Amino acid sequence: MCLSIPGKVIKIEVDFAEVSVGGTIVKVGTQMVDDVKVGDYVLVHAGFALQKIDEKEALETLQLFREMSDD
Amino acid sequence: MKFIDEYRDFEIVQNISKKLRKYNDREISLMEVCGGHTMAIHRFGISSLLPENIKLISGPGCPVCVSGIGFIDSAIECSKIKDVIIATYGDLVRVPGSKSSLEEEKSKGADIRIVYSSLEALKIAKSNKNKKVVFLGIGFETTAPGSAVAIQIAYKENISNFYLLSAHKIMPPVMEALLNDRVKLDGFICPGHVSTITGSNIYNFIPKKYKIACVVTGFEPTDLMQSIFMLAKQINTKDQKVEIQYSRTVTKQGNLKAQEIMNEVFEAQNDLWRGIGEIPKSGLKLKGKYKNFDAEKVFNLRIVFKNENPNCICGDILRGLKKPTECKLFSKVCSPENPIGACMVSSEGACHAYYKYYSYE
Ligand code: SF4
Repeated sequence: MCLSIPGKVIKIEVDFAEVSVGGTIVKVGTQMVDDVKVGDYVLVHAGFALQKIDEKEALETLQLFREMSDD
Repeated sequence: MKFIDEYRDFEIVQNISKKLRKYNDREISLMEVCGGHTMAIHRFGISSLLPENIKLISGPGCPVCVSGIGFIDSAIECSKIKDVIIATYGDLVRVPGSKSSLEEEKSKGADIRIVYSSLEALKIAKSNKNKKVVFLGIGFETTAPGSAVAIQIAYKENISNFYLLSAHKIMPPVMEALLNDRVKLDGFICPGHVSTITGSNIYNFIPKKYKIACVVTGFEPTDLMQSIFMLAKQINTKDQKVEIQYSRTVTKQGNLKAQEIMNEVFEAQNDLWRGIGEIPKSGLKLKGKYKNFDAEKVFNLRIVFKNENPNCICGDILRGLKKPTECKLFSKVCSPENPIGACMVSSEGACHAYYKYYSYE
């Protein structure tokens, strides 16, 4: 139940978005997130987009992993 | 899959595992309080990658597991009312109440439907105007805003046959209750998705008041390993604070819009936790403005605390005091096919995770 999955927004309607989660299209409520755009990644949970995923932060975390592994 | 595969790099996991060995001079106990973490830890065999001195314990983070027997009994009572349709997340139907489960009632003819979201339940209400649809709202700050959205829509559109039976709960009070109990802990692996909504500031009191380390963590193996490393470091340097490892979705403030929706619809009240008992201001109930949607009020239900099967030690497991393997019933009598306690029902429950991935331990 706590599972939330990242998905890519492919279509926007009023209060809803179609999101591709690993190739499966799901329709989610977007009441909790402001200005979602096609192409954004969102965290999908129990039928809603909980939050937009911050790509910059995502890349920084990966960079941190690498630095941790190097030194 | 993007935002998943890159966080499963085995080399990184192993490198962090090696680095962790430098923090081996004392016992470190870390508790995860999110069912998603419990599942991920067992699935990826994280414990086997940690030095002997670092122990992981599962806390009360599985929403199904913490919903009391009394709640299940009330839901069953409700399902027997004429023209009622119960709409629920699938995980809940197999949870044993004191006499039966929702699944058993369904097989006896009760109209119980499994839904994936609160909006689906609302849809059932819209297309069954002559019935009363009761949505069982369980879960923490991740699912509560979804229930709140459904209530707001029902209010706005004047949908008068939709109701919420709320067992929604919030995290900080139970974390504090554990710290005030006998539980020995050095750090919390803080829930990633709850914090997406709430922000990490809700945990600030934990290092401040209790000197306990906190790291908000993602759900992939590299996320978990990095967080455990961050926690070990905080504990070792006695610099306990709140850090965010899962920064791709979590901020200090969280999702303000979701918080606003939740605060508009719900207010905190004392609530009952399975195996733990009542915790002050730990549950979310509908505010007065929405009382016509409150199944507890409309159908005059009274959710009371009821004791478990005396041999089930779910309560001690949820408080991190015992491991599932210490339960006499584990795997002999209690299994996912025949769950005795709630911890065995949901795949996020500690007993279920142990049962499924036991070979890792
Ligand atoms: S194994 Fe079953 S009976 Fe034992 S604590 Fe877990 S859920 Fe309860």
